[in-house]
Amino acid sequence: MAAPIVEVREVWKAFDEKPVLRGISLTLDKGTTLAVMGGSGSGKTVLLRTIDGLLAPDAGEVWLFGTRIDGLREEQLLPLRRRAGYVFQGAALFDSLSVFENVAFPLREHTRLGEGEITDRVHHFLALVGLPSIDDVLPGELSGGMRKRVGIARTLVTEPEVVFFDEPTAGLDPTNARLVAELINELKKGICDTSIVVTHDLELADAVADRMAILYQGRFAEVGTPAEIHRSANRVVRDFLAGELREG
Amino acid sequence: MTALVEATRRYARESVAWYGGLGLLAIQVTRNFALPPHYFALVARQIDIIGVRSTAVALTAALFTGMVLALQTAVNMARFGAENYVGPVVALSILRELGPVLTAILVGGKVASGITAELGSMKVTEQIDAMRALGVNYIKRLIVPRMLAALVVFPLVTVLADFVGLVGGMIVSVFDRDVDPYLYWNTIAYWVVIRDFLTGLVKSLVFGLLVTLIGCYNGLATEGGTEGLGRATTDTVVEVAMAVIISDFFLTKLLLILFW
Repeated sequence: MAAPIVEVREVWKAFDEKPVLRGISLTLDKGTTLAVMGGSGSGKTVLLRTIDGLLAPDAGEVWLFGTRIDGLREEQLLPLRRRAGYVFQGAALFDSLSVFENVAFPLREHTRLGEGEITDRVHHFLALVGLPSIDDVLPGELSGGMRKRVGIARTLVTEPEVVFFDEPTAGLDPTNARLVAELINELKKGICDTSIVVTHDLELADAVADRMAILYQGRFAEVGTPAEIHRSANRVVRDFLAGELREG
Repeated sequence: MTALVEATRRYARESVAWYGGLGLLAIQVTRNFALPPHYFALVARQIDIIGVRSTAVALTAALFTGMVLALQTAVNMARFGAENYVGPVVALSILRELGPVLTAILVGGKVASGITAELGSMKVTEQIDAMRALGVNYIKRLIVPRMLAALVVFPLVTVLADFVGLVGGMIVSVFDRDVDPYLYWNTIAYWVVIRDFLTGLVKSLVFGLLVTLIGCYNGLATEGGTEGLGRATTDTVVEVAMAVIISDFFLTKLLLILFW
């Protein structure tokens, strides 16, 4: 049996002695889209950053592509990160580079593709996210939704084996949010069938997830299929689904 | 009293964290120097940016420093009838101390605060994290080219500043104190040895690396959004000046022990 793409074992993480993750564990197998949900401040983003090695856990183990990554040096993490994609909540585009150069950035860094091939790939992925013909525009001139979609194109252009989405619909209008959901579903059919989607958007989670996990006070209150989560008798899950769950 | 103790503790903790962080960054930079890929184009771009940003200010400061030094020296040495030795005094002061120190403080403050602002802005907008998430070695791409550029730019600008400072000294000596220009340059050539010049050059290399490292570290350590970014930038200017002045003493002592 193939090793899971991601495995987190009993991970703890605190900031200024305030615990955010309290012994959390999860497994992500190939071909699965896991939606991690929870209120603001529940530790969703911290979990995602820990999985990608952007944050080091205080205790516990993090495995990515079958390699234990907690304790690895930055240089040792780089080859693994190249196989994974991370879509930031605020897109995190390089503000001094044009849209084209942003999307071309990972190709220029990690491949020896010629300029023609880079141009083709960049245009292909910009078209995939519904943004053709904005090559020369700087990120500062884009709307929030467009920035987010450029960020997704930049992540996908190297065709990663797993994608980590951090609040992909936060701050988007319903049309853009639906576009993002459709895009994630589109990816599952071809480019990348494995992902973790961190969100508080239940509609998005219902639209894309094979499995759901509800994060509350640094632990998973429940993990299961969308149907199991919706049927759950767990009070935290019921409160979350009803929009009545508060952290703290 | 408790507040004072708490403030002292916090200051001590922050100082240890700062020096430790600076040291760790220096180790990371050293480790990454030889690793591929090599961003030669970025190094060239940084040389251009740092050089263009700094040359005018360094040379203007050097010109007037040389002039004021010659003025003070000439007036005071005239008391002992040694006005003809203005050249060597100005030259030794500029080549061994003022050239590298002033260049490092002025250029360093300007360049390092610019680096802090740029990297700090990237940090607070998650652009550095985005680079890391894309599997790019940010030390290699963002820090190493700036350090390499500093290795080239600081000695070059210092050499130019040395020359302009000497010319400034000559202008005052000749036009204000009626010293013969040939005498000015001849006494310099007689009394100043190549070691004086090289000592200043070594200092400029060390200062260049130090101020660039401080600028980079403060940028990478920026926290607290735009307010934190402003704080980090002003901190850099002060820390660069202090680092140059303090390290200058130890460097001077070391160079005197080694080469004098």
